[in-house]
Amino acid sequence: MTDVAADDLDAFRGEACAWLAENFPASLRGGQDPTRAPGPQVLTPDQTLWKQRMADKGWATPTWPAAYGGGGLSAAQARALQQEMDRTGAYNPMYGMGLMMLGPTLLEVASEAQKARHIPPIVRGEVRWCQGFSEPGAGSDLASLATRAEDRGDHFLVNGQKTWTSGGQYADWCFCLVRTDTARKHAGISFVLFDMKTPGVEVRPMKLISGASPFCETFLTDVVVPKENLVGPLNGGWDIAKRLLQHERTGISGNAKPAAADVPLAELAKRYVGLDAAGRLAEPDLRARIAANDMAAHAFQLTAERVLKETKSGSPSAGSSILKNAGTRMGQERDELRLEILGMAGIGWEGEGFEDGELRAVRTWLAGKATTIYGGSQEVQSNIISKRILGLPESTQG
Amino acid sequence: MAILTEEQAMLRDMAKGWAQEKNPVAAFRRMRDSGAPLGYDPVAWREMAQMGWAGVLIPEDHGGSDFGYLSMGLLLEETGRTLTASPLLASAVAAASTLRLGGSDAQKAKWLPTIAAGETVATLAVDEGPRHAPGQVALRAERAGDGYRLFGAKRFVLEGEGADLLIVSARTAGDPGDLEGITLFLVPGDAAGLTRARLSLADCRGAADVFFDGVALGDDAVLGTPGEGFALLDKALDRARAGLAAEMLGAASQAFEATVDYLKTRVQFGQLIGSFQALQHRAGRMFMELELTRSTVEATLAAIDAGSPDAPLLASLAKAKAGETFNLVSNEMVQMHGGIGMTDAHDAGLYLKRARAAEATFGGQAFHRDRYARLKGY
Repeated sequence: MTDVAADDLDAFRGEACAWLAENFPASLRGGQDPTRAPGPQVLTPDQTLWKQRMADKGWATPTWPAAYGGGGLSAAQARALQQEMDRTGAYNPMYGMGLMMLGPTLLEVASEAQKARHIPPIVRGEVRWCQGFSEPGAGSDLASLATRAEDRGDHFLVNGQKTWTSGGQYADWCFCLVRTDTARKHAGISFVLFDMKTPGVEVRPMKLISGASPFCETFLTDVVVPKENLVGPLNGGWDIAKRLLQHERTGISGNAKPAAADVPLAELAKRYVGLDAAGRLAEPDLRARIAANDMAAHAFQLTAERVLKETKSGSPSAGSSILKNAGTRMGQERDELRLEILGMAGIGWEGEGFEDGELRAVRTWLAGKATTIYGGSQEVQSNIISKRILGLPESTQG
Repeated sequence: MAILTEEQAMLRDMAKGWAQEKNPVAAFRRMRDSGAPLGYDPVAWREMAQMGWAGVLIPEDHGGSDFGYLSMGLLLEETGRTLTASPLLASAVAAASTLRLGGSDAQKAKWLPTIAAGETVATLAVDEGPRHAPGQVALRAERAGDGYRLFGAKRFVLEGEGADLLIVSARTAGDPGDLEGITLFLVPGDAAGLTRARLSLADCRGAADVFFDGVALGDDAVLGTPGEGFALLDKALDRARAGLAAEMLGAASQAFEATVDYLKTRVQFGQLIGSFQALQHRAGRMFMELELTRSTVEATLAAIDAGSPDAPLLASLAKAKAGETFNLVSNEMVQMHGGIGMTDAHDAGLYLKRARAAEATFGGQAFHRDRYARLKGY
C-alpha cells in the first residue's frame, strides 16, 4: 500500500467524518468505552450497534486487506481515520489478542486457507484468542519451553502446561508454541492454533495481587491439533513468535495511555493537595514529580508518533523495545504518583469510605506492575536494545 | 547494627524466634483471608502482650519495663519482617508515648497499666483527610459546662475499629492549619456520640473513620496543656514515625532476602538468574539502601532514648529513607520474581501493599523532605 496523494487524503477524511457522523451512536459520545476486561462483555444496544457497524465497515482493522473483511486503508488513511474518531469521541469497539497480535502475524505468515478462516472473525470481534507461550519453567527464557507436540500423521498430540494465559477461561481459540524437536532449542519450536474446547484442554484461573484473575494456567493433556493448524513451517515457530511479540510490545506500550475514566494527575492533585496563593500545586516536591511524569508521557507520545511515521509499513520494528520500556516505566510512575496524591485513600481496597476513582487507583497500580514483566520483561527488552540495536557483544557473564 | 545490651539482644532473639516460627507471613495471610474485622489476630496480640512487648515504653511503676525506643524498634523490626499485624505501633508506641510525654499522674495511672498489659488498645486520632497533615485540625472542642463537647471526624485512624481509647486532636481556638489552639483529648472508645466506620485497606490492617457528634468530656480528659497540644502531638508522632520506620526496615529486609534467595535458585537461559550482572547490580544497590536505612532508624531511636534535640530531624530522615527503600525493594521483589510475584499466592504482593500503606502513614517521603528542610531552616 502506498500513501495516496494529499487531495485524496482530504477526500477520505471527509468521507470518514461523514460516515462517523452517521454511524457512531450519539449516545456513546463522550462516554466511556465498554470494559476491556477479559471477562464476558455486556454491551448496551447502542454499543452493540456500533460494534456491528464497525465490523461491517472493517474499520476496527483499518489497514487489513478488504479481502478478509478489513478496511483496506493505507497507513495515512488509517491515521486520518483515527484522528477523525478522536475528534468525534468514537472508540474502536474491537480489542484483544486476535486484533493486536495474532491477526497482523497471520497476515504476514499464514497460508491462504488459514487467513480466510481466521482473519474475518477477528475483524468482526467474534472469536477471542488467548496466547499459549509462557510455561512455569519458561518465562523470560521462552525458548526453553517444553510442551511437546508429537507427530501422529494427520495431527499433533500435544502435552504440557502453559501459564499466564490471558483470558484463558473466556477464550475461544489459542495460538500456542509447542516443541516439535527436542534436539534443538529455538529451531525445535512450532506455532499451532487450537480450539479451546478441544478435549484435554483445562484452564485454571490464577488470582493476582490486584485481586483480579485475568490469567490462567492451561493444562494440555493429549490434545489433538490437526496438521492444518500448523502456522508456517514445522520447527519454524520461533521466528513467528518473535514477530508476534513485536506486535504485542507495541500494544502494551499503547496501554501507556491512561484509562479515559482516570483524572489527569495534575487535576487530581489540585483536589487532594490544593493550590498555593500563586496558583501552583501546594506541594512543590510533588508538583515537580508530576511535571516530570507529564513530560515523560509527552516525550513518549511524540516518540510513538515519530516511530509510526518513520516506519513506512506501519509494522513494528526493533524500536518497539524502546517504546515498551519507556511506556511501561512512565505508566508505572504515573500509577505510583496517583497513589501518593491520594494518600491513605490511595490504599483503599473495597467497600465504604472510598470513591470509585480511589479504589480503581490501587487496583490499576497493582495490575500495572505486570507490564514490565509480560510481553518480554524490561530486562529482556534492554538486552534486545543493547545487543540487537547497539550491537554490543554478548556478555561472557550473562 | 546497633550495639545492643544483653537484655536487648535477648529481646531481639525472642522477637525473631516468635515472629519467624509462630507468626510467619503465612499467619498474616490467614488473618487476612479470615476477614478478621480488627485487622489483627487477637490471640497473637495477647501473646505479644504476655511477653511484655506492649509495655516496653511504659515506666515500671505503671506496669511496663521502660526498655526504651531502641528496644521497641527491635520488636517492630522483627515483627515487621513477617508483616505481623498488631496494635504494637498504634497503642504501645504512638498512644503510650503521648500519655507518657503529656499525661497527668492520674491519667498515666489510669491508662498506662492496661496499655502495658495489652488489655487496652489505644491509638492516635490525628488526620482529617487522606493525606497526613497534623496541623489541619477542624474537629471542634466546644466549652460546655465543666467540660467540652467534640464535633467532627477523624479519618484513617489506625486500629480505629477496635480501639478502647482514642487520643484525639481537637481545635479549641483558631482555624485549621493554625498550630496554636490545638488540644489533645483522651476519649474512651465507648463514649456516647462516638461512631466508627471500618475501612478496608490494601494492606488489611485495622483502620477506621471515627465520627464525634457532641461527645461530652470532662476537663480531666484534656491531655497536656489546652491550646498547646500540637507540640506534644508532634513529639509523639516522631516516636510513632521512628517506630514505623523500624517496622518498614524489617519488612524491606525480609523482602530483600527472599528476593536474593530467588536469584540464587531460579534458572533461565540455562543459568541462575542471579548470575546476570544487571540483576547483581540492582541487588547490590538494594543492600546499600538497606544499610543506609538501618543507620537512620537506629540513630533516630537512640536519639529519642537520649532525649536529643535532633530527634525530630532524625525521625523525618528515617521515615523518608525507610519509605524510599521499602518502595524500591518491594517493587524489585515483584519485578525480579517475574510473573510468580504478581500472583496473590506469593508474598511479594503483601510486601508491596504494606510498603505503600506504611509510606502514607504518619507522612510520606514528600512530607518528611519538606519537614526536614524546615527543621534545618531552609
